[in-house]
Order: sequence, then C-alpha cells, then structure tokens
Amino acid sequence: MKLLQVFRENRLFAVYTALVLLVVFVAIFGNALAPQDPYAGDMKQVFQPPSAEHLLGTDKLGRDTFSRIICGTQVSLFMTICVVVLMSVLGGVIGITSGYFGGRVELVLMRFSDMMLSFPGVVLAIAIAGILGGSAVNTVLALFVVGWAKYARLVRSLVLKLRQQDYIAAARLSGTKTHRILLRHILPNVLPIIVITGAMDIGTMMMEIAGLSFLGFGAQAPTPEWGLMLNEGRQYIQTAPALMLYPGLAIFIVVAIFNLWGDSLRDVLDPRKDG
Amino acid sequence: MNWSQENCLICNHRYDPRAMGMGIRTRLLALRARIRRVAGFFMAALLYVCPPAPAGGFFIWGEMLLERILGRLLQTLVTLVGVSFLTFCLTYLAPGDPAMMLLEASDTIVSQETIEKTRHELGIDRPFLVQYVSWVGGVVTGDMGMSYSAKKPVTEKLLEGFAGTLTLAFVSIVFMLLISLPLGVWSATHRNRWPDYLVRVFSFIGVSMPSFWIGLILLYVFGLKLGLFPIASSTVTARGIVLPAVTLAIYMSSKYMRQVRTVVLEELHQDYVVGARARWLTERRILWRHVLPNAVLPLITLLGMSIGWLLGGVAVIEMVFSWPGIGNTAVHAIMMRDYPLIEGFVLWVAIIYTVINLLVDLSYARFDPRLRKEGSR
Repeated sequence: MKLLQVFRENRLFAVYTALVLLVVFVAIFGNALAPQDPYAGDMKQVFQPPSAEHLLGTDKLGRDTFSRIICGTQVSLFMTICVVVLMSVLGGVIGITSGYFGGRVELVLMRFSDMMLSFPGVVLAIAIAGILGGSAVNTVLALFVVGWAKYARLVRSLVLKLRQQDYIAAARLSGTKTHRILLRHILPNVLPIIVITGAMDIGTMMMEIAGLSFLGFGAQAPTPEWGLMLNEGRQYIQTAPALMLYPGLAIFIVVAIFNLWGDSLRDVLDPRKDG
Repeated sequence: MNWSQENCLICNHRYDPRAMGMGIRTRLLALRARIRRVAGFFMAALLYVCPPAPAGGFFIWGEMLLERILGRLLQTLVTLVGVSFLTFCLTYLAPGDPAMMLLEASDTIVSQETIEKTRHELGIDRPFLVQYVSWVGGVVTGDMGMSYSAKKPVTEKLLEGFAGTLTLAFVSIVFMLLISLPLGVWSATHRNRWPDYLVRVFSFIGVSMPSFWIGLILLYVFGLKLGLFPIASSTVTARGIVLPAVTLAIYMSSKYMRQVRTVVLEELHQDYVVGARARWLTERRILWRHVLPNAVLPLITLLGMSIGWLLGGVAVIEMVFSWPGIGNTAVHAIMMRDYPLIEGFVLWVAIIYTVINLLVDLSYARFDPRLRKEGSR
C-alpha cells in the first residue's frame, strides 16, 4: 500500500489526516451524534448554564448549544468544500485551457482574472452576497466568483512552463490526441499544486464564510452556522458571554486542524520547500 | 547601500575596505567618499528620479518607464471599469425595487402612479446600459448619485466614513509593524530554536482565529469586564480606537510575522551574508546594515496590499466595535438595499486598492535596481 507508506514516513501528516477525518465524521453524522435536536427550542430553559442535560448550556431560544455546534460542523464544512471544489475545478479548467491553447479567449479570461486579483475579494464577496440576499447558496457563489482567479493564474503559469517540455512535444509529434495530452500529461503534473492550494484554502474559506454569516449575509437563522451563532451570541455578550465563546472556539479548532493538514500535505506532496 | 568598493581576491566577494580597518589611508579615502556623497545628495536625488540609462541611452529608458506606467494605468482602468460594471449588473439583477423600498420607508400608501413617478425620478426606468453610462459619467465628475437611505450624496457619505477608516488603518498598521517586525526578525535569527517555535505557534494560532472572534473576546475582556475601553464608539476617539486597532494588528501580524521571517531567512541565506561573516563582521552589523535593508523591499509590497485591504474598510471589525468607518457604512447600505451607496463603495475600494498597488509597483521598480535591469532587456 503506497498510502500506508506515506503515512508511516510522515507521522505528523497521518495524525492530521486522522483529525481531519474526525471532523468529517462529525460533519456527516452530526445529526445523529448531537444529543438533542439543534432546532428544538424550549422557552422555559433560555440561557441555561452548562449542565448534564445541556453540556454547553442553552441559547436565547433554549436550544442546546452543544448540539447546535455539532450540527454546525456539517453546514460550515459543506459550504467550504463546495467553494473550494468549485474554485479549483473551474480555475483548473480555465487555467489549463488558456495555458495550453492561448488565443483570444485566454486574453479575455486572464484580463478578467487580473481584475479579480487586483481587488480585495472580501469586499466584492460582501457586496455580491449582500445584494443577492443572504443565503448559504449565495455565500458559496460569492466566494467562488471572487476566488477562482487565483487558481486559474496559478495553473496557467504552470501549464505555460509544461508546454515547453520535450515530452509534450514528443506526444504531440507522435500524434496523440489533444485531450489525451491534457488528461495524461498536463493534468497529473498540475493536480498536486491545485490540491495543495485547495487544501490550504479550506481554513481561509471557512473563516470567510463565518465572517459573511456573522455580518448577516450568509446562512440565515435558524441554521446552526457558527458565524451566525457568533452574531446571535454577540447581542447577549453581557448576559451570556459563553454563547459567543463556543462557536468561535469551534471555528478555531476546525480551521486550525485544516491549516495544519494543508501545511503537512504540502510538505508531503512537494518536499522541496522547507519551513 | 553601495559602499563595498573592492572584490575579494580569493572568493571574489565584494567587500568594503573600511570594514577591514585597513589603516589611515583607506579610512581617509572612505571619509572623502562620504563627504562627496553628502555633497552629491541632490545629484543622488536627481538620479533617483531619473536613474542612469541602460544600454541604449536615456531615450530608451524613458520609453520603457512610460510604457510600463501606461500599461499599468491601462490595467487599472480595465479593473475599475470591470468591477464597476459587475457591481452595477448585480444591483440591476438584485431582487427588490428601490422605488418601492423608498416609498415604503416613508409610510405612505403608494399608488402605481407614484411608483412609476419615483422610478422615473431615480432614473431606474431607463435601459440598463444608459443607466450605467450616465452613472460612470457622473463618477468621472465626482458625482456618484444620491444615497437612497441617507438622502445625501454618496460621495459625502463615503468621505464621512473614510475619515474613520483611514485613522483605524493607520493606527493598526503602526501596531502591526510594532508587533510583527521585531518578532519576525527574532524568529528568523533564532531559526529552529525556542523563540522561533514560540513565534510560529503564536502566528499559527492567530491565523486560525477569525478576526471578529478575537475582537469579540477583546471587547468582552477589556471593554466589559475590565472597563478599560468603550465597547462601542460611534465617533472617532483615542480610547475607542485601541481595541479595533489591536484586533486588526493581531490578526494581520500573525500573517505578516511569517512573511517577515521568510524574507529575512531568505536574505540570511544569501552569499553576501556568508561573505560578511567571512569578513568577521558582527552578526548585529550584518543584520542591521545588510540583511534588513535588503529585506525591506519585498515587505513594501505586502504592506501596500494590507494598506489597500484596510482602507477598503474591514467591515466585520468595524461592525463588532461599531466603528464609524466605510465598512460599516457599506454593511448598512446593503441591509437598506441602498444601491447607489453600494456601487459607490465598491468602486471606491477598487480605486483605492488599485491606486495603492500601482504606487507600490512603481516605487518597487524605482527602488530595486534589479527590476530596472530586467525591464530593460
């Protein structure tokens, strides 16, 4: 098993991968793991302190904070994965085609991505998500519209270099079909970089999603989304400060796990760089 | 920094005879050179504005620079037009009719006729492109239209917010540099020893925490529990700026610290450092006189980007602390569906950001001779 060997050689990477899998597990089975229904309010039990029944207490509607945070993993992670996958797939496709074929389409696309890059994405994302109206789908859309340019640029610059290689020329001379060259020769060389960039972006995207939700332009109540929960907790900062502590802690832990994993993934896939 | 005068006979590194303490004659020569440098200050200033020409003479150089500036200006223009068009499209496609909003806000019973009349007054009954062109025409003359919600010109509204944002940006940049420069350099010079690990752990924690959460915690501890700072400041005050600026500084410096570390490490691995060590220069001197001046250049670009980012208004932080900045204005504008204000805000950020990038690029090319050489190929 090649994978097992990779894990044996990179113990840290194995540990981080296990942690990531744990987060994914919580995200998938969150609804079953949560001790209580994250949507079920109980107006007789608002702002309860932590107890055996409510591990982290309850919020303004008497909902169990612990269950909401567990279920929030699913929402946050799903949105993040959507953004990152969309960005890397579209960025990759645009980067490869424009790098390999060139031409007028490339010029327009690259001007467009230049435009996106020479502009703080968060501002545009706020504007897009805000104007289209706050919802989880619009948040994903906004971050994706803003973020694909980075991938396209990166992939294109790699493909431009690869195109000069002798084996590409050899493949072309021997009559290999273009789509086969792209899939068999270009893509495998570009993929690790896309994966590394994507993995390292997960943490950032998760925080941006939380930020948009915090502003009220992301997921809407009563979804158990961490940024939204922080926003709700913020209003009760004097009476129930714990409510804004836990969701932030959840974001911090998950983002930290993904950042560590992304860094070690880079070290595994691209061992040239040292810290 | 150009005071190395000779090449080492053994390893061919350029070195400075003064540093060797080679006796009175050399020192006198060096002194004379220094006097000449001081006297030639204005000459040097002139050379900065118009550096010596590469092969081909002044004409080529001027043309090259002009070409680059024009190219960048064109790119900036494309960005501005593109971004403004995109935003305009969005507000055009967005759900909700501004005329309805405006009339509903005034609590009167509206007839279809009134709606049509308001739509006509707002100019939103015209075709899309006509609206866009007339808006751009207004922007060029400094008129970004009227804000629906505030009933004030958008330009005025933006300038109001910009004062707060500018102050906040300036203070937090100062805090950020105070935190990240010493720590970044410290961690680079003590690579793989405990200061390095400490700094890296701190920066890792900072990178993984959402900035608004840091803000909320600081707000709770220092604002509510200790009562040292106000929890909300609707005007620009000295005490009110501390918490948002510190929050931003912590958030930014956790990234900047790493970059300082990387840049300084890169410079420490250069050959000239080996040469300097071979010449028995003290580590401190190498750091202050050789490594840091070289490390400043790459950091300028990063600094320029973060200034642009800050001036765009850090909406989340401004909202947490109710700071009267441009980001706060924008968030309220979006909630009120105040389209002219949103468009104005996005265009404003685009202008600030691209102009700062342009300035950084040009200054970078100006202060780094290597880039000039590359450009003249």
